Amino acid sequence: MNFLAAVGAAFLGFLAAAGRIVLFTLAALAAMARPPWYPRQILRQMIDIGYYSLPVVGLTAIFTGMVLALQTYTGFSRFAAESAIPNVVVLSMTRELGPVIAGLMVAGRIGAAIAAEIGTMRVTDQIDALTTLSTNPYKYLVVPRLLSGTLMLPLLVLVANVIGVFGGFLVSTYKLDFNPATYIQRTADFLETMDVVAGLAKAAVFGFIVTLMGCFHGYTSRGGAQGVGAATTYAVVSGSILILLFDYILTEAFFSR
Amino acid sequence: MSKIEIRGLKKSFGRKVVLDGLDLDVAERESLVVIGGSGTGKSVMLKCILGLLEPDAGSIKIDGREVVGLSSREREKLMQKFGMLFQGGALFDSIRIWENVAFGLIQGRGMDRKAAKEIALSKLRAVGLGPEVAELRPSELSGGMQKRVALARAIAAEPEIIFFDEPTTGLDPIMSDVINDLIVKCVREVGATAVSITHDMASARKIADRIAMLHRGRIIWQGPAAEIDSSGNPYVEQFVHGHAEGPIQMEVRTR
Ligand SMILES: Nc1ncnc2c1ncn2[C@@H]1O[C@H](COP(=O)(O)OP(=O)(O)OP(=O)(O)O)[C@@H](O)[C@H]1O
Ligand SMILES: [Mg+2]
Repeated sequence: MNFLAAVGAAFLGFLAAAGRIVLFTLAALAAMARPPWYPRQILRQMIDIGYYSLPVVGLTAIFTGMVLALQTYTGFSRFAAESAIPNVVVLSMTRELGPVIAGLMVAGRIGAAIAAEIGTMRVTDQIDALTTLSTNPYKYLVVPRLLSGTLMLPLLVLVANVIGVFGGFLVSTYKLDFNPATYIQRTADFLETMDVVAGLAKAAVFGFIVTLMGCFHGYTSRGGAQGVGAATTYAVVSGSILILLFDYILTEAFFSR
Repeated sequence: MSKIEIRGLKKSFGRKVVLDGLDLDVAERESLVVIGGSGTGKSVMLKCILGLLEPDAGSIKIDGREVVGLSSREREKLMQKFGMLFQGGALFDSIRIWENVAFGLIQGRGMDRKAAKEIALSKLRAVGLGPEVAELRPSELSGGMQKRVALARAIAAEPEIIFFDEPTTGLDPIMSDVINDLIVKCVREVGATAVSITHDMASARKIADRIAMLHRGRIIWQGPAAEIDSSGNPYVEQFVHGHAEGPIQMEVRTR
């Protein structure tokens, strides 16, 4: 009986949290629909999320591409299919690894930073102060971050794709003795627009999720420094889990037919 | 008609009852000071009036209009009437001092940045801060300076109703007096309605037309500032004279 009660309580807690997130999202979308918009804030967030994430995303992308080529080689050479390396690298990067890796890196970098910043503003009454200065905190704080995340992550993923493919190219030509021209030829031949577009659509969804989790956990944080710390952790953990969950859902929607 | 009319205001956090049927009226162009022990709910009362906390029960009227349960768009418009100095300052730490002071003018009212900066600088001067401070960030100022910036921000848009939550706490005696004068000026010259919270009786005597005492979630005494010493109320007397012994039992637990 006690066990059932515990399970039930956890489940109810989960439903309540999900409900709060949905309400928060609806409020944010409603705020997005009506002016005023804050171009300065949007620009600042775009630079923060897009430009300053480039090094992290670029580094992870190049190693991912390199590892991908190497692993494919060691696996595929067992049945003499090494020539498929360019296809495997470019399809894995654009459809799957580009969006997921960039999404996870941005969840760590941006999701955490957003939760910490908004959380601190919450516990020091700065969000209340915004309201008393006739400024809607959803419009001033949440909307610019959601917009920037949704718009900038696809751009980051585009860059990550190029760098990742380049990483695979480096390993294949220098270490595995591929002919550079053939490699590039095969990469281009097998890539379809749909692969890239679907990857970028995933990226937009992931960008929204990461910034939403950061904003939600920051906005609802309470209880001083400890509360802000917890909000940061929740933002990263829930953002990462939701990315992987939605990755599956979107892959199912785009590619399984 | 009173500017602010509160009836039966209740607010609890979990099982802890903070406001328990509070009634209070503030007349137009009046300066009311609310006193009361630490943790009795003075800040919570101001936040309920501003709609930052949702009351559990009761009615709050501003200019005769009910404001409990307003939509967020109406609330935004209503906020144009208000200025609030938060107890902790609540300055925006990612922007410069003058942008903090001008925030309500630029974001809230759409004034252009240059004109708003002029006003911000003059408000900073009024609280004893020079233009060299204007370009700094809040974290570069001392606690007392931050408080004064927060005060400048609260009065920058010349609101009709201003709430000051402990305006002089953490200031030296001279600066406290400058701030007291400034509050008096806001009420007498600009014609604002002010509600201030303070523990500093000298400040209360100087800025108050009327004083109200909050205890156990209700207003237990109110009257003209001049009568504070002859209130005949043992709670008020204990508070004004700062005696540890008396009807107010401080909840000090020894473990
Ligand atoms: N957001 C909140 N969540 C839970 N409890 C709260 C919250 N805000 C205030 N309280 C509680 O309400 C009570 C009143 O708090 P409030 O800040 O109004 O006190 P105060 O009268 O302003 O005291 P002080 O003079 O020390 O500023 C306190 O016991 C506090 O613990
Ligand atoms: Mg207080």
